[in-house]
Amino acid sequence: MQYDAPVASIRLVGVSKHFGDVKAVDNVSLDIADRDFMILLGPSGCGKSTLLRTIAGLEDPTAGEVWIGDNMVNDVEPKDRDVSMVFQSYALYPHKSVQANIEFPLKVRGIGKAERAESAKQAAEVLGLTPYLERRPGALSGGQRQRVALARAIVRQPAVFCMDEPLSNLDAKLRAETRAELVALHSRLNATFVYVTHDQVEAMTMGNRIAVMRDGIIEQVGTPKDVYDKPASVFVAEFIGTPPMNIFPAGSVEAADHLVGARPEHTHIASSGVAATVALVEHLGHEIQVVCTIDAEHRATVRLPAGTEVPSNGSSVFLTANENHRHRFNVETGLRIS
Amino acid sequence: MALDTAPKGWRSVARYSMLTIVALFILFPVYTTVIAALKPGNRVLDNPLLPNAFTLDVLKDAWTQGRLGRYLMNTTVVALIITSVQLVTSIASAYAFSFLKFPLKRLVFGIFLSTMLVPLEVTLVINRRTIDSLGWLNSFQGLTVPFVATAFGTFLLRQVFMQIPPDLREAAQMDGLGHWGFMKEVAIPLVRPTLGALGLFSFLSSWNQYLWPSLITTEDDMNTVQTGLRHLASSDLDKPNLIMAGTIIAAVPILIVLVVFQKQLVRGLTAGAVKG
Repeated sequence: MQYDAPVASIRLVGVSKHFGDVKAVDNVSLDIADRDFMILLGPSGCGKSTLLRTIAGLEDPTAGEVWIGDNMVNDVEPKDRDVSMVFQSYALYPHKSVQANIEFPLKVRGIGKAERAESAKQAAEVLGLTPYLERRPGALSGGQRQRVALARAIVRQPAVFCMDEPLSNLDAKLRAETRAELVALHSRLNATFVYVTHDQVEAMTMGNRIAVMRDGIIEQVGTPKDVYDKPASVFVAEFIGTPPMNIFPAGSVEAADHLVGARPEHTHIASSGVAATVALVEHLGHEIQVVCTIDAEHRATVRLPAGTEVPSNGSSVFLTANENHRHRFNVETGLRIS
Repeated sequence: MALDTAPKGWRSVARYSMLTIVALFILFPVYTTVIAALKPGNRVLDNPLLPNAFTLDVLKDAWTQGRLGRYLMNTTVVALIITSVQLVTSIASAYAFSFLKFPLKRLVFGIFLSTMLVPLEVTLVINRRTIDSLGWLNSFQGLTVPFVATAFGTFLLRQVFMQIPPDLREAAQMDGLGHWGFMKEVAIPLVRPTLGALGLFSFLSSWNQYLWPSLITTEDDMNTVQTGLRHLASSDLDKPNLIMAGTIIAAVPILIVLVVFQKQLVRGLTAGAVKG
């Protein structure tokens, strides 16, 4: 199934959404290019789902403008925005068969029976659901339900797909498989995807751009590589990457007017540097992670190749970071300096 | 608990004995009614608990003398009107209380529910006056209109509507359904067991109404079966069991309905009691 998705860049201009005193989304501006796979990433409660729902039309923004293509859609009903949504819970109609679920958006739009059956079959074929068309959602596994939700979203051939943590109810193996399938689906459909997740692995592997959110604002927008290699703030540095970036106490590595951070793969145990105590050694098979305590507030992880000799728990070590892999952040604001 | 520690077999015996005793208490009056209705009038008092004589004459007499055909027809019309309109009003109001946003929703719902605390007898006089002033005495409107809305039905359906996940409403919104479409395509099909139970419950209660019909019907043609049975009580002195026969005839249709839809009733009324 392939269709020529309409041009659908999305532009958010100063969008805010307040629930009483809570600012779920606070003055967010974001450009999502046509056919982008944009990931909204952040911890629980950061406002990413609210932002997605605002794009879909399920929430009215308190302030700001939402543009899809050349149209300002603030006052446009969700059904008229040419947007499909895949929910975390899948939100399938439990009393309808898989085929009826997939066909439903077309039925509502008054498309004839034969035509919608044909479209549903095509969508089912894309997602490997053909054998299950007669079943009810209750008789399907989590992964299959998730596919039905996707099929229902693609059958309408919308310009924009909004997905709200669609993989979070799947087990780890299925999640990894479905990640790859979604990426393939994106290139096959050639439409704009906006995808919400709190899982940085999903963000790094699926999207071509990531918007990292915290407390209702966007901390950084960029490609996965940008966000990983040049985090715009301490928050992003610590949120992206497993284990997260090590942030050393001010003044311990360089001058006290800024913080220095280094990825665990760029942090080394050396004969001199920041004094630390080994707290935990984790043998992961392909590598070893040594977690060190610098002081009450600061910990750092060092990644070593498997087979390396490692210091024992409780021993004192010195940590250092390659000069060209150091990230510098403002002590006050936490924002990137270089 | 002693019962919990007793062997499983004994526990079953105890439980079933208890149920049997309760069932006997409940069925005893039914049994005596059936026995009496199937005996000739002059044998009713001779060994009242034993089926020592049999005739269908009393049932036939009850049917013809009591005009039960006419009354049953009236009752059926009344019960069907009340049931169907109650379902419509309950669905509409429960949907509004579950899915629509409007000011003072909780307060209005509280007021709505509080009407369940007001017994029928309290409003009887004023309702009769209203019906009289509308000129609806001895009419189907008079028999049905005061019962077309029910707080119980609204409450019951609201509880099951509230269990429909909000995501489903939003998915339907994305698919292009408005409230009307969502109600028809999603909400109602999902609560069908409860609707069935509510319908049955409404049908049973309107079928068994006595006080209200007896107050607003003065013409024999407008009697329901429950008020019509009164006439049998005093109609024939050599057939003291005529009223028993009439009662059985009046109960048979409702018994059939109950037996056919019993599962529906239990499933609907317990729907949502356990999260499934």
